[in-house]
Amino acid sequence: MNNAIAVTGLRKAFGDNVVLDGIDLDVAAGTIFALLGPNGAGKTTTVQILSTLITADGGQMRVAGHDPDREPDAVRDVIGVTGQFSAVDSLLTGEENLILMADLRHLGKAEGRRRAAELLEQFDLVDAAKKTAATYSGGMRRRLDLAMTLVGDPSIIFLDEPTTGLDPRSRRAMWQVIRQLVAGGVTIMLTTQYLEEADHLADRIAVLDHGTIVAEGSSAELKRLVPGGHIRLQFIDPGHFEAAARIFSENSRDDDSLTLQIPSDGDVGSLKALLDRLERESIKVGELSIHTPDLDDVFLNLTGRPHAEQER
Amino acid sequence: MTTLNIAATDSATMLRRRLRHFIRYPSMTVQLAGMPVIFLLLFVYVFGGTLGDGIGGMSGGRGEYVNYVAPGVILMAVAAVAQGTAISAAMDMTEGIIARFRTMAISRASVLTGHVLAAMLQTLFSVAIVVGVALLVGFRPNASVVEWIALTGVVAMVTFALTWLTVALGLVSQTVEGASNLPLPLVLLPFLGSGFVPTDSMPTGLRWFAEYQPFTPIIETIRGLLVGTHIGNDAIISAAWCAGIALLGYVWAKKLYNRDPSH
Ligand SMILES: Nc1ncnc2c1ncn2[C@@H]1O[C@H](COP(=O)(O)OP(=O)(O)OP(=O)(O)O)[C@@H](O)[C@H]1O
Ligand SMILES: [Mg+2]
Repeated sequence: MNNAIAVTGLRKAFGDNVVLDGIDLDVAAGTIFALLGPNGAGKTTTVQILSTLITADGGQMRVAGHDPDREPDAVRDVIGVTGQFSAVDSLLTGEENLILMADLRHLGKAEGRRRAAELLEQFDLVDAAKKTAATYSGGMRRRLDLAMTLVGDPSIIFLDEPTTGLDPRSRRAMWQVIRQLVAGGVTIMLTTQYLEEADHLADRIAVLDHGTIVAEGSSAELKRLVPGGHIRLQFIDPGHFEAAARIFSENSRDDDSLTLQIPSDGDVGSLKALLDRLERESIKVGELSIHTPDLDDVFLNLTGRPHAEQER
Repeated sequence: MTTLNIAATDSATMLRRRLRHFIRYPSMTVQLAGMPVIFLLLFVYVFGGTLGDGIGGMSGGRGEYVNYVAPGVILMAVAAVAQGTAISAAMDMTEGIIARFRTMAISRASVLTGHVLAAMLQTLFSVAIVVGVALLVGFRPNASVVEWIALTGVVAMVTFALTWLTVALGLVSQTVEGASNLPLPLVLLPFLGSGFVPTDSMPTGLRWFAEYQPFTPIIETIRGLLVGTHIGNDAIISAAWCAGIALLGYVWAKKLYNRDPSH
């Protein structure tokens, strides 16, 4: 048994609202698993059940070999959780928060202080160490939150939307931390609404929509599920747009923005052929872009809805 | 470590956490001590002259009344901290860190125990202030060292019981406002007992209530220790009430804390 997390048929309803409708997940030890889904998909609910915060209505679960519902303390011993919403004590300073965690993990006074100092350093919180968490910015709170999770070196870590609300630099730093953790043998299950994040980080991705897993696999596997990419041509002159639309009959056109999407896997040969053809017919193109399939396409394809990528 | 050891260690950690909160925001602690002091001054200076003369066997006016009322005000200080504890427990439960505690392998009730232990220290602080002010305005106890120690024990026992109850009240009320209203009767109970006037001056129905409600034997015990009135059965009755209230509060608070937050 080398799955850190194994779930089959997990169900949960809040009253009449079925939030998880029989989901299956397997997370191999030492890997990053991303649960990807839009608002309300059930990501937080899944994390809360697996991290012993709430109980499931049905299904089999194993976290490090233990059932979160029946042996919660055995699970709590090995997990670390950074929930979607800040879980720091805002009346305590950053350092006191970390030492509180060390005390609750029974690390001993000297070791607790050493670990707290190390994490303050690692998460760039040394200057803020003596300030109460209430005065922290959103990004600092998020970093403190993750630092607190790491006290006691949990072997399985749940991160519920770890980078939501972080600026691009902090997000990259967070990714770096996550990669380091996995390199050190930790198993990570994270949730995200950002396709790019799942694509960058995860060994395996499950797409969750309305409480069911609509697809599961590596990022490459998921991309294979959708038709190939395309070349996008945008025209300035409506006449040229019409002419091009006639030549490349296999296209999808958008008359409003005068753009054509022509199927292509993006290799240089076919690109050159396309450009030559346009040249010969004296068709002027405003803008050209090559589009390889990404997880956005996967999402659109699997759920029939575009993924509403949020502003960052 | 044994389970009991872990429970003690975790509770001590949670106590330190609460004490840090007090130090960072001392206004609540000061306010909780201030309320009974105001009542003490109010009763001694506004009503004391008349009440002191009216109380059976006394004839010394204000001076005598301080001696009569101090035990009731001490209990009022205990009740005020208990009420404050309901509010801070309710507020604490809205803090994100509680969710973190629930996912950690720590002694389950230690967060609540931290609240109760911190409230006990807060009460000792309040009571010390009340006794200090009472001494300044003419309170003349005749307690021996042993009696002072016993008094501390009684205050600790009562606080332990009442704050387990108010922690439960804090958890059961969904809002901080509810948490401040639910324990209000506790603050009023010293008035409806022997705290401010002897119960035999009350009309029959009220007197019956006053004699059988838990605060009266507690006040009588404190009064006996401080100024040497007869204690009799009151000590044992107080202990029984406290044991019952503590058990009820503990079991109820623990049950409320353990309920699945999703239900
Ligand atoms: N405690 C609760 N009581 C009732 N309904 C709940 C509760 N928690 C979650 N839900 C409902 O369950 C559904 C899934 O919520 P969940 O928080 O798991 O979604 P999510 O995928 O984490 O969304 P988001 O991206 O917005 O965080 C939602 O419809 C939500 O309203
Ligand atoms: Mg969520």
